[in-house]
Amino acid sequence: MNGTTFLGMPAFPRAARDALGDAQLRRNLAEATRTIRDKRDEAVGELPDWEELREAGRALKEHTLLHLDRYLLQFEEQVTAAGGTVHWARDSAEANRIVADLVKRTGRNEVVKVKSMATQETGLNTALEQAGIRAYETDLAELIVQLGQDRPSHILVPAIHRNRAEIREIFRREMGTRAAGDGLGDAGALGDDPQELAEAARRHLREKFLRAEVGICGANFLVAETGTVVVAESEGNGRMCLSLPQTLICLAGIEKVVPRWQDLEVFLQLLPRSSTGERMNPYTSTWTGTADQDGPREFHVVLLDGGRTATLADPIGRQALNCIRCSACLNVCPVYERVGGHAYGSVYPGPIGAILGPQLRGTASPVDRSLPYASTLCGACYEVCPVKINIPEVLVHLRARVVDGKRRRPLPGPERLAMAAARWTLSSPRRLAGAQRMAAAAARLVRHNGRIRRMPGPLAGWTDARDLPAPAPESFRTWWRRTHP
Amino acid sequence: MRTALFVTCFNDTLFPGTGRAMVRLLERLGCTVDFPLRQTCCGQMHFNTGYQRECVPLVRRFTEVFDGYDAVVTPSGSCAAMVREYHGRVAEVAGDTRLAAAVRHTPPVYELSEFLVDVLGVVDVGAYFPHRVTYHPTCHTLRMLKAVRQPLALLRAVHGIDLVELPSATECCGFGGTFALKNADTSVAMCADKVRHVLGTGAEVLCATDNSCLMHIGGALTRLRTGVRTLHLAEILASTEDEPASAPRTAEGVAHR
Amino acid sequence: MTASFPSAAREEVLARIRRAVGDSSAVEQRYAQVPRGYRNAGGAQRPGEACSPQTVALFLERLADYGASARLVDATAAPSAIAEALTGRGADTVVVPHGFPEPWRAGLAGVRVLGDDPPVGLDALDAVDGVLTTAATGVAATGTFVLDGGPGQGRRALTLVPDYHLCVIPADRIVRSVPDAMALLDPVRPLTFVSGPSATSDIEMKRVEGVHGPRTLEVLVVATEPPLADHRPIDDPAES
Repeated sequence: MNGTTFLGMPAFPRAARDALGDAQLRRNLAEATRTIRDKRDEAVGELPDWEELREAGRALKEHTLLHLDRYLLQFEEQVTAAGGTVHWARDSAEANRIVADLVKRTGRNEVVKVKSMATQETGLNTALEQAGIRAYETDLAELIVQLGQDRPSHILVPAIHRNRAEIREIFRREMGTRAAGDGLGDAGALGDDPQELAEAARRHLREKFLRAEVGICGANFLVAETGTVVVAESEGNGRMCLSLPQTLICLAGIEKVVPRWQDLEVFLQLLPRSSTGERMNPYTSTWTGTADQDGPREFHVVLLDGGRTATLADPIGRQALNCIRCSACLNVCPVYERVGGHAYGSVYPGPIGAILGPQLRGTASPVDRSLPYASTLCGACYEVCPVKINIPEVLVHLRARVVDGKRRRPLPGPERLAMAAARWTLSSPRRLAGAQRMAAAAARLVRHNGRIRRMPGPLAGWTDARDLPAPAPESFRTWWRRTHP
Repeated sequence: MRTALFVTCFNDTLFPGTGRAMVRLLERLGCTVDFPLRQTCCGQMHFNTGYQRECVPLVRRFTEVFDGYDAVVTPSGSCAAMVREYHGRVAEVAGDTRLAAAVRHTPPVYELSEFLVDVLGVVDVGAYFPHRVTYHPTCHTLRMLKAVRQPLALLRAVHGIDLVELPSATECCGFGGTFALKNADTSVAMCADKVRHVLGTGAEVLCATDNSCLMHIGGALTRLRTGVRTLHLAEILASTEDEPASAPRTAEGVAHR
Repeated sequence: MTASFPSAAREEVLARIRRAVGDSSAVEQRYAQVPRGYRNAGGAQRPGEACSPQTVALFLERLADYGASARLVDATAAPSAIAEALTGRGADTVVVPHGFPEPWRAGLAGVRVLGDDPPVGLDALDAVDGVLTTAATGVAATGTFVLDGGPGQGRRALTLVPDYHLCVIPADRIVRSVPDAMALLDPVRPLTFVSGPSATSDIEMKRVEGVHGPRTLEVLVVATEPPLADHRPIDDPAES
């Protein structure tokens, strides 16, 4: 099991249609993505060496992926030498089992969590719950999602689809109804000022941090040379989880490794400016194994494959593993901006989700087959990607994979028939000219002022909202032949 | 220099006026173009939809048809980008080394504005177009060809033009080839915002370097009876005082011109 | 402790990687080919830029951008500036980790000081008014200082749980850029990069300062003439 899509998820176009009709969502997304785009542009524009940094980031990731076995072994060796333990997981289920067992061995039944895409991907919280362990999300947005029994819709800001008024309602409902004396204060009088909402989260979680015995985190980077783990965050919830509990468990994808400590000089510049649009995020923690008198006494890293090696085997698709989860591609994507993250059907939404999901999970489900098509190939994502993932290139590559998968079916669908017919027509100028004459003749019957207002079948999607120009009475080639004898 | 016009199957069939405008414009600038009649299609629709196998004969035909020319000029940023970026990939995926070699020998393919500014070295093409125009940089012209300044330089030099900036110009219009059908709802939602920005400029004419995007935005502009016309860059640049780009009251005029 | 789980998963993942990309050889050589153009493209520190007045000014400006109050003081004025800062925040009980420079302690006369020796319990730490530390290095370009647990910095919880953090940094520890700082830091130590007070942008992408970490961050940069007696040179590996 390599991560799953949300249960019963329809294909992208269907889910997108519902999202497009949600006025509140549209406005929340438009506001938020515009804000973050502007911030990112400013932060990036400030660096004269941005393009060189991107190229270094890309090259470092590519290099690491091509020597991944060697760097993972080096990382394992260094972590072990520094007092930590490394575990390996072939898939999500295995990773969850390892983590649950480690928690159980501590004799505790609750954990505090740093926001982590890897644990979202494996569905760790559900697995822990089944093992009788309660996981508390401590990142503000994750908390909003968890309390609202919602799904994440953005990599960096999982609750981006919620505005302040909605968040206030969730907090009121979830924090206000708890038993008195829970240290939660009176959330009933909560206002909708973000400052006040952040304060409510601080009060809500303070007690949990101070009594936490087990912390669970992901990793932004793993340094092979030193065995160092890096977690970047903003709120301080990460620092709480990383340094207060006695036991710390880190679940990270195998692609998170970078060769050397000094390489962080590239990624610690690329990540915050691309992600939150800051010169540097408020807190970045790095640690190597366990330290005397400071932080957890016991440290575990679980290295997750979960479809990454399968992705690695594809020379074009593997660049998706360069991703440092900054979410800049989501923020500039015109499709994401209008549809939001839920329509992508998994914890990885947006352009990166459209190339990562179908590779990590395969293209068996309708939503995974539809994701490579959830893009106009406009290229805005590639332009901002700090590690230069050519997302449009991978999208068309995966479209070919989807189509080739369908070729095995005995009966071709209407699209395949249309494409075959187009290929046949376009393979001969004579046939093309014939088709042009037929189309022009047919158009004479349906056009109105040179425009076609309604078409049947799949073309109805076009003419629902847009006119279609009628094929010209005289094609260019006919005109040329007539005027250039 | 032997220059060939690659008009594209799309323009050939739906927007022949653009091809005719290109011929008129280039001839006016003293550049004779040839139109090899065996040309058909660059394969972009197939490639971008995932039908890479179906592209192979189209790519092969392209290499054969344009073999021996010094340059190819086309009124489509996205078709130029397809040839430049992906014809090699099609040959590679097909494992066809002979085709890959042929692709490497394809003459340089230029989008019209690149050809005028970078190859012919002209900016003022002697055009006259006394209308308010706004320019939408299509994604593939902007991000794949990176032809950012050429179209605007050409438009600015047009006599009589009132060129106004399009807000959020670099945002995709939502066409995206088969995306416009497969994800029609999202496509239309994007188009609605583009239309809003176009209307906000008060322009009479929306100009671009790809008729495919213009067909999409224009389809909404006429459906909504906005009165805003779409015109390919070639048609504005071909327009002169003696031979103005016709200002048809209906879109049919475009097709008949 | 050794790996407590069967290594079948380990062997299989490694085998899958090798099948996907082939064997790793000539790694060092290939690593050396990674382009490092950014190091001389304008963002990096030039000779003489470390702890130059311009670098210090940039550091202060960038800290202030993120809502930290930051100013430069003379060495002789440092104790009184520290005292003023603490008084200004009403900080009566303050944690000051071991190794905090002796000359600066002169400002602590009117304050109840906890030394974290023996370690202050979490609840007690939650109840103090603030924490006073120095830092291992400062990065001007990003307005960042880095805590490495060295003298005068203490364990990580000390600068996390209290709601107010006053950080005093000698000017000669401030470098121009992130690469400059990384070269000075020791990855074996637990490090915390701090850039402004705790913050979040999770609600409508609007930045709000003050969530779980200290909500108030104040930085004093001390001009480094004359040099402080027990000021550790940051590139001295003996300390790490």
